[in-house]
Amino acid sequence: MLNKQMTAADVVATLRDGMTIGIGGWGPRRKPMAIVREILRSPLKDLTVVGYGGTDMGMLCAAGKVRKLIYGFVSLDFIPLEPYFRKAREAGQIEAMELDEGQLHWGLRAAAMRLPFLPTRIGLATDQPGKINPQFRTVTSPYADGEVLLAMPAIKLDVALLHVHKADKLGNTRLYAPDPFFDEWFARAAERCYVSSEEVVERIASDETDARFNPFERNLVSGVVAARGGAHPTSNVSTSNVSTQCGGYGWDAAHLKRYCDSAEQDGGWAQYASEFLAGDEAAYQQAVGGVDAITQLPRQVF
Amino acid sequence: MSQTSNAANFTLAELLICACAEVWRDEGEVLATGIGIIPRLAQGLAKLTHSPELMITDGEACLTEEPVTIGAKNHEGRAYAGWMPYSRVFDNLWGGRRHALVGPVQVDRWGQANISCIGDFARPKRQLLGLRGFPGNSINHVNSFFVPNHGPRVFVDKEVDVVCSVGYRKERWPAGVKKDYLRIARIVTDLCVMDFGGRSEDSEHAIRVISLHPGVSFAQVQAATGFPLLKIEDLGETAYPTAEQLALIRKLDPKDLRSKQLKDNPSGVRKAA
Repeated sequence: MLNKQMTAADVVATLRDGMTIGIGGWGPRRKPMAIVREILRSPLKDLTVVGYGGTDMGMLCAAGKVRKLIYGFVSLDFIPLEPYFRKAREAGQIEAMELDEGQLHWGLRAAAMRLPFLPTRIGLATDQPGKINPQFRTVTSPYADGEVLLAMPAIKLDVALLHVHKADKLGNTRLYAPDPFFDEWFARAAERCYVSSEEVVERIASDETDARFNPFERNLVSGVVAARGGAHPTSNVSTSNVSTQCGGYGWDAAHLKRYCDSAEQDGGWAQYASEFLAGDEAAYQQAVGGVDAITQLPRQVF
Repeated sequence: MSQTSNAANFTLAELLICACAEVWRDEGEVLATGIGIIPRLAQGLAKLTHSPELMITDGEACLTEEPVTIGAKNHEGRAYAGWMPYSRVFDNLWGGRRHALVGPVQVDRWGQANISCIGDFARPKRQLLGLRGFPGNSINHVNSFFVPNHGPRVFVDKEVDVVCSVGYRKERWPAGVKKDYLRIARIVTDLCVMDFGGRSEDSEHAIRVISLHPGVSFAQVQAATGFPLLKIEDLGETAYPTAEQLALIRKLDPKDLRSKQLKDNPSGVRKAA
């Protein structure tokens, strides 16, 4: 039977310069940071990165990995603007396809359905199709209404990277987050999808209630990576009463503040990288207080 | 007409919360989304007073019939009526049943708003939040704006640097594009409340002042705005918070986060300039 388990390094070994990589989660929430850190340690470059961005996009920009970003925003929520994203934009360092959050969703859906585009009103009568994305086109409804709509192009991904609470070696997953965001559509829009997980077990064999927390089917999943605490410094909140072994954690506000402060200093990124990224993931977790400290970070309250 | 008042027993932030809550009056069973502390308190206040039918969230992914306390330490005692993850927010808003109160960085005379960047898009002078949901929200459902720093850099004389949300500028609407769902209800600022009910030579949706906050003159508002403003006849003062409203605001915001939203937390009644 299948065994899709691999390491973060194995995942990154399958990536190539110039690829389009979609990353799940939302801002400072549930980012597959263990895999992102492995990319940061690698020689990969010229990536197009797609997502509802947070530290993933900021760090990849800071490390010079990015040629182009496709994003609805790049934010840490309590810190509204990701500082390394801001620097990269204001330096004109990256190509930017700025989208409405719903358009990004729609572009992933089009790719998921293997369609060239999906029609929408989003973006019409704004600067978004003209000034920001001059390659966007409209279509006219072939029906009696004759309405003119934006043809949101499919956003095809070479690879999607996601982080969940539980997975098995077949690629079955469980996501107990308050909000699954658009991870499903990243999985569907990608040629290959790699999922890091708080816990990887031999077989998930649950009851029906728990099965409802399966976010997408396993034939979308190419590999699963065990990464307890792997979303740090972003959050991985769990609302489940069903599974307690893979309980969630909040984001590390102190670490995120420190990371953001580094963007204000000359050589700040190099210093952050030498402190936190010089070793492997175990060394990273040691440097931020250990895996127990990560997984006990309290959930934020809004 | 302006009430001569002693030291007001309410702050400007509290006046703005009450003025913001008014945007949801008589809007029906819509999802009310207030972005930021003052709009969020306003959505709770609206639900607890004149518009109990509103749907609101807990600030995360659930719907609640009981507005959550801002600044709570944990989730204890919260009761959820439904689930509202982002995917459902989009599904809902594409169907139009939402009224959002958002905070743009620039607004022009046509009601077009910018939160993307200042300057040239390819290499911005200042990167802002990005488009976020502005294009989709504005062409699908009703929106209002909250501007806590009314000035000519917000209310710009020309068009906004990046048109993120649609407005009433005819040239922006090509033939065949459906305009039916566009409505910008109100703009609540730290000086006044405005709507789009004005008629002028070149607009059926000109921005007009409908009330002035205590101690503010129309001339002062006009001087702080980059385009000409209209005003309603018998222009009066924005309604003062009632004792009931103030009590509810204190209950929703026991840590007084509202006092940190405006510089120096001014009194609700300012001395006339």
